[in-house]
Amino acid sequence: METVIEKTNVNVDIEALRKEIIKEENIVFKKTIGLTDNPLSYCPGCGHGVVHRLIGEVCEEMEIIQDVIAIAPVGCSVFAYDFFNLDTQSAAHGRAPAVATGVKRTMPDKYVFTYQGDGDLAAIGTGETIHAANRGENITIIFINNGIYGMTGGQMAPTTLLNMKSSTSPYGREMDVHGYPLNITDMIAPLRGVCYATRQSVHTPANVRKAKAAIKKAFEYQKLKKGLSIVEIMSNCNSGWKMTPVQSNKWMEENMLENFPLGDIKVPQDK
Amino acid sequence: MKGNEAIAEAAIRCGCDAYFGYPITPQSEILEYLALEDPYNKRSGMVVLQAESEIAAINMVYGAAGCGKKAMTSSSSPGISLKQEGLSYIAAGELPCLVVNVSRGGPGLGSIQPGQADYFQSVKGGGHGDYRLIVLAPNTVQEQYDFVDLGFELAFKYRNPVLILSDGAIGQMMEKVVLTPQKDRSVTLPSWATTGKTPDRERNRIFTLNIETDVQENHNRKLQAKYKVVEENEIRYQEFKTDDAEYIIVAYGISSRICMKTIQLAREKGIKLGMFRPITLWPFPKQKLFELSKNVKGIFAVEHSCGQMVEDVELAVKNNTPVKFYGRSGGVIMTPQEVLLFIESEMNK
Repeated sequence: METVIEKTNVNVDIEALRKEIIKEENIVFKKTIGLTDNPLSYCPGCGHGVVHRLIGEVCEEMEIIQDVIAIAPVGCSVFAYDFFNLDTQSAAHGRAPAVATGVKRTMPDKYVFTYQGDGDLAAIGTGETIHAANRGENITIIFINNGIYGMTGGQMAPTTLLNMKSSTSPYGREMDVHGYPLNITDMIAPLRGVCYATRQSVHTPANVRKAKAAIKKAFEYQKLKKGLSIVEIMSNCNSGWKMTPVQSNKWMEENMLENFPLGDIKVPQDK
Repeated sequence: MKGNEAIAEAAIRCGCDAYFGYPITPQSEILEYLALEDPYNKRSGMVVLQAESEIAAINMVYGAAGCGKKAMTSSSSPGISLKQEGLSYIAAGELPCLVVNVSRGGPGLGSIQPGQADYFQSVKGGGHGDYRLIVLAPNTVQEQYDFVDLGFELAFKYRNPVLILSDGAIGQMMEKVVLTPQKDRSVTLPSWATTGKTPDRERNRIFTLNIETDVQENHNRKLQAKYKVVEENEIRYQEFKTDDAEYIIVAYGISSRICMKTIQLAREKGIKLGMFRPITLWPFPKQKLFELSKNVKGIFAVEHSCGQMVEDVELAVKNNTPVKFYGRSGGVIMTPQEVLLFIESEMNK
């Protein structure tokens, strides 16, 4: 594609222009108050930051910041408690749904969500995930699936695709050694305690908008005490996959989405 | 009332907000009693929930405690092992909570009969990292009851997990208990708790991670300073016929009950035997024991283990007098007579 660079008009007063731009009425985009000003620890190009923003925006738009308690996991998002401008608890690896249960049961009027990666939720925390879901805990799980352990340096995750390379499956994931990628959202969706299960992604602007709508829906179902809601969000891990951000999003679309198809898996039936 | 039931009744009456448990012998009556009483609907509004594992239960406690609630769990030895990860996090996050261990014979699945082999785990750590639990050891059903309220009081005073180290005998025995009036559950929550970030304050965070090493060391120093205050202020013990004693038994929990009889039998034979009972196992009442040990001919550490508390006794006594150990394990309960036989044989050496 040809890039067109407009000629700069040298007569424009840059300072005056700057002052004009930052006027309140001219601001077209602001960081949500649902996030703090702390710099994110995520790699440039990673989807975590986008999902953080979406959650922050949903909390701001629903005007529920004072009513939300977030549970951070262990993994890349271990520092989530420094990024959300919310009261936050940091759980042990995989235990977020149990911690969230303790919070929700004693603070039933609050919105409680966990933010977990695939290793946290679908490997070490499988038991906590399934049982929180089966009890129909009125919590929301935001599940970031990037098919890899990012924080510890790119090891194989339960969601790593067959033949996908990682530092602990350097020749690719082999079915007869490592088993299959685990679709845990599909697994727990049939449980009667789960009201809403959906898989979204943040690799294109259109998908980002859909993911945000899903997060909002999940919070609304939580308010209606319908049971556990899980929003799985497919995200890239450009560092772990050893790709550029653009390549990784393309790779995700071409490879990950076949195993992890996007869309609602379960929505509440009753009115 | 059974020792385990006393724990459950005390939890309701002291205004506990939540109990999370998992069945394991010999303490399942705690969860059963709470389920039957149904305090959430019928009494104080206390949450009672059977978790899918001991690991989940302690992490539910973490969540509730992080909201400033009075939260507790109970288990027995193998289950307490599973809770060690959570306890380390709770201690690191400086959350108040109460954990009850109605201990049994170990290691492994061990036996379901009473044991005291979890002493090291209780007072020396158990989980990873430099942390301490405040450990209370009841020897009557009344103390089982009383230590629940006391445990929560200490937990909130120091923002630290408190462990009641009981045993299968105290948990299963029946004794009379004086009950206390129902306390209201607290409506005001601590300022540090995660209760939802209101615009008038900064967000509250419960976390245990400090990537910067000096930040972590400073946090550890802060914890150690707190533990020092606990050591200076919270030591509890009981003396029994130590005034004229020439020999002293050191025992806690069920062992101390058995040794009461041993002392009676010894005194009938003219042996001046007394007992020193640590009530707080951590902090261990080492100074008082050190003082006592100056004036006696020998000290006997008597435990239902292969020799754990005896190490703290030896450290406290500092060679003032010989320290001998007598123990039974695996769920075998010693008789007062066999303890006396051991003491007599040691005296005659």
